Amino acid sequence: MAPQTLAQKIIARAAGRDSVAPGEIVTCRVDLAMMHDSGGPRRVKPLLEKLGAKVWDPDKVVVITDHYLPANDDESRRIIHIAREWVKEAGVKRFHDGVGICHVVLPQMGYLHPGMFVVGGDSHSPTGGAFGAYMFGIGATEMLGVLVTGEIWLKVPQTILVEWSGKLGPAVSAKDMMLALCGELGLDGGQYQAIQYAGDAISALSMQERMTLCNMAPEVGAQTGLVAPDQVTRAFLESVGATGADGAAWQGDPGAPLLAHHHFDAAALEPQVAAPHSPANAAPVARHAGTRIDTAYIGACTGAKIEDLRMAAKVLQGRRVAENVRFVVAPASAHDQAIAAREGTLQILVDAGAELLANSCGICAGYGDDRLGENEVAITSTARNFKGRMGAASSQVYLASPFTVAASAIAGKICDPREFLK
Amino acid sequence: MNPGRAWVFGDNVDTDVLAPGKYMKSGIEELARHCLEAVEPGFAASVQAGDVVVGRRNFGTGSSREQAPQALKHLGIAALVAESFAGLFYRNAINLGLPAVVCADAQRIRAGDRVRVDPQAGRIENLSTGETLACEPIPDHLMQMLNDGGLVPHLEKRLARQKESSR
Repeated sequence: MAPQTLAQKIIARAAGRDSVAPGEIVTCRVDLAMMHDSGGPRRVKPLLEKLGAKVWDPDKVVVITDHYLPANDDESRRIIHIAREWVKEAGVKRFHDGVGICHVVLPQMGYLHPGMFVVGGDSHSPTGGAFGAYMFGIGATEMLGVLVTGEIWLKVPQTILVEWSGKLGPAVSAKDMMLALCGELGLDGGQYQAIQYAGDAISALSMQERMTLCNMAPEVGAQTGLVAPDQVTRAFLESVGATGADGAAWQGDPGAPLLAHHHFDAAALEPQVAAPHSPANAAPVARHAGTRIDTAYIGACTGAKIEDLRMAAKVLQGRRVAENVRFVVAPASAHDQAIAAREGTLQILVDAGAELLANSCGICAGYGDDRLGENEVAITSTARNFKGRMGAASSQVYLASPFTVAASAIAGKICDPREFLK
Repeated sequence: MNPGRAWVFGDNVDTDVLAPGKYMKSGIEELARHCLEAVEPGFAASVQAGDVVVGRRNFGTGSSREQAPQALKHLGIAALVAESFAGLFYRNAINLGLPAVVCADAQRIRAGDRVRVDPQAGRIENLSTGETLACEPIPDHLMQMLNDGGLVPHLEKRLARQKESSR
């Protein structure tokens, strides 16, 4: 048998095959389907009713509310209500309501393990690839198809190997790696194929940092991002009780075919900032240093996990944000927020002047009332800065790591975080 | 497919401009009124049934929200043409029965040209310039779905067949 990539092996298993070749169109059995309140029940319920169909396997479905929370208006309350009612009706027991953003809650619940084939009703679903699963985002109608049949078609992807070697410098993180990759490859460089991250700099990353890498694979146009499981993965899975999966079995073969092999030096990477209105507008922070900001936002699945909060706290310890800056923190999950509270991280952020928002998608999704105003300039730890996404079309969003967002909040302007960690 | 007027856009038209988050809780009618307004104010008001949207690279980048292609379909857009599509958006468009055609020469279509898109044959006729542009053929299994009108009617057929054979 020809050598197979990790992506090919997972897809072959899900397709009931010994092997698959890149470019082949196959039908896969889905191990788990995750939905949130926006693309989930409110969209699939009427379609299921129209078809007179039932969910193929309610035990393989997870519903997590995160987009329309806090539900500040009637329409949002209606959408959340549909989710709460539908899970009962459909027999979905894995329902997590108001406890955080789906991509962060899913692994915390121990639902993911290496080798799984998973779909999520959200573009940032590749976050699950950090655990050695093949996970990708789909729209609501396609989710309906999965719910009815338990299957989905897939064009077997080629793999793009993104290798990072060396050691990241102080105040440089996975977010900087991804912004640099966006700048390097552009928004479509991933060609809807699979990116696999490897190298000693990746092995050195924690699970949450690997989640940030995989989370942003869609920003370079990949279908998913993956990290092969190792001892870091195993330790995390044990900590959440997701035992029983054999990580060692889910590795790509040496010599498996690659579409491309990119090699980067982690030691040479500087903190990155992506200018409006594209993650591909990434450059070293010096390029934008001094740009005045109104808002600094630590939020979203990309940038408000416990480790992201710790990065911000490391910079903010004993400091306060600039007078004229709104500093907003929306921890990505209640679990992460509880850890932050217990260990003192949260207090550092609050003492620095943080306004705490709910454990939900919040300003990043741009769905709620909390939005950026006309001409507002923000620096955020989120994934996307497309025009008007987070508020007014005239608002300007700079993307950066939690380190850089925190440093900029203190300075009132975009600022290199290394200046605060000397 | 009857000829339609071309609306031409650039690279990386994203789902946030196609389906702005602010209107995502509204019905498709209201949402569609704001489709592309951040980059082409007046688009929703002046677009006509049968018109064709033409993009350059990576059309539909961003979110999984299928309201992005749904808004275009709701406004009467008959087909999408681009040099390339974001993969997730492409799946969503086809699932909703909106043909998305990959054409390396998409940039040869000018705003306002009258074009006839034939997804089955993989061909675009530009009636304004007399040119015919070749497109990548849509894979068979997706063409079947398009001919059924999208994934929902396609599933309806599949379920009806299952019911039939279990009798």
